[in-house]
Amino acid sequence: MAPTSKIVLRFPASIADKPMIYYLVKDFGLMVNIIKANINPHKEGTMVLELSGGRYQEGIEYLRRQGVIVQPLSEQIVRNEHRCIHCGACTAICPAGALYIDRPSMEVRFDDDACVVCQLCTRACPVRAMEVSF
Amino acid sequence: MGVCRTFDEINEKIRQGKVVVVTAEEAVAMVREVGVKEAARQVDVVTTGTFGAMCSSGIYFNFGHSSPRIKATHVWLNGVPAYGGVAAVDAFLGATALPENDPLNSSHPGEFRYGGGHVIHDLVAGKPVRLRAIGYGTDCYPRREIETTVTIHDLNEVVLFNMRNAYQNYNCAVNLGSRTIYTYMGILKPHLGNAHYSTSGQLSPLLKDPFLRTIGVGTRIFLGGGVGYVAWNGTQHAPRVEPGPVEGSIVAAGGTLSVLGDLKQMQPRWLVGASILGYGATLFVGIGVPIPVLDEEIMYYASLPDDKLFAPVVDYGEDYPARRSRTLALVSYAELKSGKITLMGKKVPTAPMSSYAGAREIATILKEWIAKGTFLLTEPVQPLPGPQTQVVLNTLEIKEG
Ligand code: SF4
Ligand code: SF4
Repeated sequence: MAPTSKIVLRFPASIADKPMIYYLVKDFGLMVNIIKANINPHKEGTMVLELSGGRYQEGIEYLRRQGVIVQPLSEQIVRNEHRCIHCGACTAICPAGALYIDRPSMEVRFDDDACVVCQLCTRACPVRAMEVSF
Repeated sequence: MGVCRTFDEINEKIRQGKVVVVTAEEAVAMVREVGVKEAARQVDVVTTGTFGAMCSSGIYFNFGHSSPRIKATHVWLNGVPAYGGVAAVDAFLGATALPENDPLNSSHPGEFRYGGGHVIHDLVAGKPVRLRAIGYGTDCYPRREIETTVTIHDLNEVVLFNMRNAYQNYNCAVNLGSRTIYTYMGILKPHLGNAHYSTSGQLSPLLKDPFLRTIGVGTRIFLGGGVGYVAWNGTQHAPRVEPGPVEGSIVAAGGTLSVLGDLKQMQPRWLVGASILGYGATLFVGIGVPIPVLDEEIMYYASLPDDKLFAPVVDYGEDYPARRSRTLALVSYAELKSGKITLMGKKVPTAPMSSYAGAREIATILKEWIAKGTFLLTEPVQPLPGPQTQVVLNTLEIKEG
């Protein structure tokens, strides 16, 4: 049996309604554990899956053919609290809603449970407060 | 609109510890409760704040004479070039300057990891900085090259001197195009994917004195965590105040400040180097301006809330780069701060580029300084051109030959 691996999926709104998980199970014999999902029919969706068994590589190929961006989840994102100046520049960029503005304080919060490690914020943050930790 | 008080009277109250100061946010709440008249009677000073990326910032500095002497024509701090076309050991370092070997946008979008803004932050944080200078050698300045390490304390004058800061109001940027763009207003997703704005709205200095009645040359301000002064109007200064789409609202635009202050008494927390993806390096600058409540009209404007302050929405996909002036819509800061606006029938998520939390903290610090008696107000020695002067900016038309 193939080892368990965690992957991050990012997909455009246009394919959010396709039953991709179903096909991963049915056609490729994979065991799928959904760790996080952030799906909204009108915007980019994200999902973190744990996959084991089955024809792993073919399943990944299938996802990519559907237009899904697949990345391994080997890292974690942390926010350097000293660095963050609460500008908010990351908040409309984060696809998972993990970086958001608290109102009315207008401070920026980071919810690492919602983070799908897409790493977009690491470059969008002007002061490099979002860091990858391995 | 009876006169309430003068600068001198306010300063006398500051000295006696009897001054009443509120932040612009508090002024909004207060006026809602007791009305403008009563608020103007009670309050002497309203403090404002902004903490955003301000590219037209920099430092001029004098690094002292070496033995033998050098007349430096080219100067670098931590590899970032400073302008040396002034006297022997004077130079100016701009916030957006980049090392000659920076990859820039050759692999788009570039990261711009370290530039002038970062050097300024490192200096003010007291970190050692590598100084390199070259000259061509003269009889009085024979040395041709210097390479050494300095801290801010080793330098003579280090003056933060910003040509244009504290924009009165700013565009809300969107992207109508079909690809993601990387701008000084952040990453803008295609087809109105997001909307970015960049002032502190009801806390923003020049929005709270839109006719520039109290802010002028010589006004003492909070600058970068220390004390600074308004030196002049900023470049591209073209203030305007027009009625907004709802009763009692305004659309202000175009006023700017040139400010300066001794960098040695500023703080790294309020001068932060920034790397804007695909755009460049810059500096986040914290500025706070006190507004003396000389009469009711000043209190009226200082207390205008976010839902009475409007910003124009501009397309950065095509219109802005082409210098096409088209306003897609007017939106209030209340809408922008809510996290969502509706544009062309679409719900668009919004995000700020400047720190509202930082702006509030600056206004609060300034309030404390004034209340403690350590910060006196200054009457401008010369007013800045106000909206009534109708300054029109020149554009650059490219001529053949
Ligand atoms: S990596 Fe950053 S942008 Fe991506 S989901 Fe996590 S917090 Fe959001
Ligand atoms: S972009 Fe960076 S500094 Fe700004 S709020 Fe996000 S994490 Fe903080």
